[in-house]
Amino acid sequence: MGSTISELPSRRTPLADAADTGLKIVIVGGFGVGKTTLVRSVSEIRPLNTEELMTQAGVGVDETTAVAAKTTTTVAFDFGRISLNERMVLYLFGAPGQERFWFLWDRLFSGTLGAVVLVDTRRMNDSWYAIDRLEHHKTPFVVAVNRFDDAAGHSLDEIRQALALPDHVPLIDCDARVRSSGKDVLITLVDYLYTQAMAQETTP
Amino acid sequence: MTRRPVDTGDPDRLYTVTGGRSRADDSFDLVALVVSECEPTAGMQSEHLRILELCRHPTAVVEVAAELRLPITVVRILLSDLLAMGRITVRHPQMAQSAASLPHSALLKEVLRGLHNL
Ligand SMILES: Nc1nc2c(ncn2[C@@H]2O[C@H](COP(=O)(O)OP(=O)(O)OP(=O)(O)O)[C@@H](O)[C@H]2O)c(=O)[nH]1
Ligand SMILES: [Mg+2]
Repeated sequence: MGSTISELPSRRTPLADAADTGLKIVIVGGFGVGKTTLVRSVSEIRPLNTEELMTQAGVGVDETTAVAAKTTTTVAFDFGRISLNERMVLYLFGAPGQERFWFLWDRLFSGTLGAVVLVDTRRMNDSWYAIDRLEHHKTPFVVAVNRFDDAAGHSLDEIRQALALPDHVPLIDCDARVRSSGKDVLITLVDYLYTQAMAQETTP
Repeated sequence: MTRRPVDTGDPDRLYTVTGGRSRADDSFDLVALVVSECEPTAGMQSEHLRILELCRHPTAVVEVAAELRLPITVVRILLSDLLAMGRITVRHPQMAQSAASLPHSALLKEVLRGLHNL
């Protein structure tokens, strides 16, 4: 018993006792594009890591045998959090863009406010799939270009064309290592969501 | 981030933790906030005990999973048990069930205000 309790990490920063509304935003992107860096730069806690089970077949957790099945694999993701006020807390999830992850999307990210697609211009193809999947799941998103130092200087217009992004989807530059830049990305997303919500609420 | 793959890579351990059940309760959203309604007592299953310790203050399901180093599915099962016994309460997110519908502008306005204040 005693040893169980002493294993509890003491560095946790608890939420306010009045906290009652959890919200989520997902950061999607290919390997090494800067997802964890972005989460870290805006999070009030050190990013934490967790995982979900899925079967090798790739269709989520098999109802009858899942937990004990030898074929169960895991999909890991990390997250951070931002206390917006006494009641509202926003969780940011860094989600790998690879194919098998999308089988878990509904289990994990239904009800998400929206998503940020993080793009590395050196590996633009990685973003195609994420954008396609988000459209499929009807998740609103913005695209943020994480500029790495050695990347060629494509303009945002060129990138918009290369990604075949519709005009209404916000596309911005960011430096995932810089807090104010990460904050701007989130504000861009929520501004976009707000505009959409207003438009929907005012058209009967 | 340090991981202990042994916890999740060993099916036998997961089997023990969940009493052999595998059905996850999807009603626990990742960002549902869990609050303990009682103190842990001696003789409780150690995972239950740790959850009750953690959730003295509201704690999201995903944070419980990260702290316990257990998969989300397993944590959802543990939480269902505790909920059925009245040992926790859950503050569900407003958005959880509305996958494709847009959130209310008033909510988004509050989110924006919070982000600007960062
Ligand atoms: N120059 C530069 N480096 C960056 C930037 N963002 C991230 N990096 C670096 O790129 C590397 C990968 O960043 P991560 O945040 O780990 O990327 P990730 O998307 O979480 O990677 P995986 O989880 O492995 O897929 C790290 O060494 C970062 O320090 C950036 O804006 N500019
Ligand atoms: Mg990462």
